[in-house]
Amino acid sequence: MADTSAAASHGQPGDVTKRDFLKLVAGAGAAIGAAAMAWPLIDSMNPSKDVLAMSSVEVDLTPIAVGQGITLMWRGKPVFVRHRTEQEIKDAEAVQLGQLIDPQADDARVKPGEKQWIVLVGICTHLGCIPTGNKPTEMRGDWGGWFCPCHGSQYDTSGRVRHGPAPANLAVPPYAFESDTKIKIG
Amino acid sequence: MRTLRSIFTGRSIFTGRSIFTGRSVFTGAALLAGAALLVSASPARAQEGVEPPSREWSFQSIFGTYDLAAVQRGFQVYSEVCSNCHSMNQMYYRNLSEIGLTQEQIKAVAAAVQVPAGLNDQGEPVQGPGTPASRFRAPFANETAARAANAGALPPDLSLIVNARQYGPNYIFGLLTGYADAPADIKMQEGMNYNKYFPGHQIAMPQPLNEGQITYADGTANNLDQEARDVTTFLAWVANPEMVERKKIGARIALFLILMTGITYAVKRKVWADVHH
Amino acid sequence: MVGLNKSEFKNPVVNWIDTRLPIFTMMQNEYGAFPTPKNFNYLWNFGALAMINLMIMMVTGVFLAMNYQPNATLAFDSVQHIMRDVNYGWLLRYVHQNGASMFFIVVFVHIFRNMYYGSYKNPRELLWIFGVVLLLLMMATSFMGYVLPWGQMSYWGATVITNLFSAFPVVGDPIVTWLWGGFSVDNPTLNRFFSLHYLLPFVIFGVTFLHVVALHITGSNNPLGIDVKSPQDTLPFHPYYTVKDSVGLCVYLLVFAIFVFFWPNLLGDPNNFIPANPLQTPADIVPEWYFLPFYAILRSVPNKLGGVCLMFGSIAVLFVLPWLDTSPVRSARFRPIFRKLIWLWIVSVGVLGVCGANKPEGIWVVLSRVGTAYYFLHFLVILPILGKLERPLPLPESISRPVIGGGPLPGGAAAKPMEKV
Repeated sequence: MADTSAAASHGQPGDVTKRDFLKLVAGAGAAIGAAAMAWPLIDSMNPSKDVLAMSSVEVDLTPIAVGQGITLMWRGKPVFVRHRTEQEIKDAEAVQLGQLIDPQADDARVKPGEKQWIVLVGICTHLGCIPTGNKPTEMRGDWGGWFCPCHGSQYDTSGRVRHGPAPANLAVPPYAFESDTKIKIG
Repeated sequence: MRTLRSIFTGRSIFTGRSIFTGRSVFTGAALLAGAALLVSASPARAQEGVEPPSREWSFQSIFGTYDLAAVQRGFQVYSEVCSNCHSMNQMYYRNLSEIGLTQEQIKAVAAAVQVPAGLNDQGEPVQGPGTPASRFRAPFANETAARAANAGALPPDLSLIVNARQYGPNYIFGLLTGYADAPADIKMQEGMNYNKYFPGHQIAMPQPLNEGQITYADGTANNLDQEARDVTTFLAWVANPEMVERKKIGARIALFLILMTGITYAVKRKVWADVHH
Repeated sequence: MVGLNKSEFKNPVVNWIDTRLPIFTMMQNEYGAFPTPKNFNYLWNFGALAMINLMIMMVTGVFLAMNYQPNATLAFDSVQHIMRDVNYGWLLRYVHQNGASMFFIVVFVHIFRNMYYGSYKNPRELLWIFGVVLLLLMMATSFMGYVLPWGQMSYWGATVITNLFSAFPVVGDPIVTWLWGGFSVDNPTLNRFFSLHYLLPFVIFGVTFLHVVALHITGSNNPLGIDVKSPQDTLPFHPYYTVKDSVGLCVYLLVFAIFVFFWPNLLGDPNNFIPANPLQTPADIVPEWYFLPFYAILRSVPNKLGGVCLMFGSIAVLFVLPWLDTSPVRSARFRPIFRKLIWLWIVSVGVLGVCGANKPEGIWVVLSRVGTAYYFLHFLVILPILGKLERPLPLPESISRPVIGGGPLPGGAAAKPMEKV
């Protein structure tokens, strides 16, 4: 742009400076305008308000008996909520952290005073399969937690990886107790 | 605006001599634009109805906004009266945050109604308390149920009613305040009510709002005029919730473009300065 | 064309590409140095504006399609979802909706400018024909786009317009059924209209390319309607017309923005805020404003087939305009009678537009018949005869010396010798 206009200019030197300045301002304005036009297009692809409104779910815990678990959908992903038995809690707490592939204490994975509830994103950290074991009838693996049928990863009753190719523990989603029998995930 | 006007009328920006007749071209174009406006404003687009009197609305001027207190009062009128028969399917309880309700208030409003809550363990549809993510509760399950409960008439969905009627808010206000005794020369159908502004004047809906019907929490006078005004303002917001943001962005963009018109025109003058005609 | 292109660009990357695929040389030739008549007025902005408008429509349309549901039960709500929940969805939607009107405003001015300055005449007939094809494609695209929100006017507009084809004997009804994919406008119709509405803009883009290529073969016409005779008559396209187009672009965007942000529904119809209902027809079915003159022509004839034929004929006649206008002079500036009659024709189109917006009763029937008669009279009778009878004013000898003979020169226009450009 600049060199063509320079070649075509015939005016006074001062004129040229003023013109170049004006062109600079016009060019900057056009760039700002173009960027301002691009943003709504980009932002329209972000989650819309209805998607955001559904990004948290409330779960009533009363129907879940000890030893049982439920699977629910949260942000398009399965979430495991399990009501652990005393034995399962003890097993989870007794583990030496040094033995773990991804060391993390059971305390850090449950809410204080609510140790019987474990809430996990039900996606194997290896390649994204859904582990089995949330129903008592399904295979739970050697550590009594969850078992991934794809490549044999095994998780304990705290959702920590104990065996197999998975590199990390099952993720704990952000959640909070609204009351003793109700949690809000997300 | 001066720049804009000069493009249509001024000679200065034309590059021609007196022989140049572009001026007449632009005059013609302006005439045509006028004709186009005439067409769009043509009364023939109106349905068969009486034009309701024009009223002042806070949201109608070019930089007008919604009177949020009126919108909130209007929501009360809608909740207590309109929502018994009319659905508002495009609205969610979460939208109420835009008119100044807090999250706690919204939760309470939503929880007070029963909305469809999926299926129970037997696979039967169940109702449950609403959440902020629920749509506004619909009074009837479907159109047939709505007609059955209203002697064959369908109460229209109110989500877009202000946009969906000729004369918009003036019509809604006129309708709500336009009930009267039928003139002697009109033969009323069974169960119909006379309304000055309803097309055909015979409306199935009985007069919905009356003097003193609503008790406003903020102590606003509850005459019919006030109630109708408030609910109309609420319905206008429901139909165009983006309006305030739209006008705000629009003012900035218009200002920016006026500036850019000036700058590009100055550049154009400079670039063309050495061209002789 | 075997061998590498000799590129003169200094930038090594540009040079490397340009020697293999000379797009930069082409751009430089067609939009940089391209010799353009120096006497364009601002009406010559409208071609570029139409191009930009097409881009705006395609970009906003692609993003709208990410959230739109072409299904009869979901379409209306999905548009409201765009308006209320999608980030800036209302902006995309209102730009797209008003962009259609802006597109027609721009294109109508563009067409009128061609007619006023005789741009369709030899050697630019093919260029003009591509233009008429573009107009038809635009009409089809906008019509199908208007159906997508699935409001009352969408539904009944689609029903009425597709039913036009039933006017043709024997083949009419099968054609209508085929267009609908059923026995009324319904979900299959909506699906195919969405598909075609997405496809046709790319066809428009392709034909626009041919339109521009044809333009760059013949070169632009100009307000004097005379041919370019010497380099003194022209200026390089850049920066002279890029900057002039930029001025027009800013004004155009300003008008566009005022519609979008302050009166987004001014040109719309309240009925389209009511979901489509096959059991109830709105009191008045009115097409979008840009179809009103054609709608009036359709209704001016009491016979169904006759009306349909005349309506299609009103566009078809444009294809042969270059041969109907027998005058050897292009610009209306030098045709004293034509200059008045073209305005009369514009008035007839305007009158038809107003007639189209009103119910076909009383005075409107008479006016629409008069308007239709004049519309065709202008093309089929006046133009062929006028070209033979009219005595044009003397033409200037060149663009750079527009005034001939010894008449006084206004404003010291030719006081200085021309500078070389």
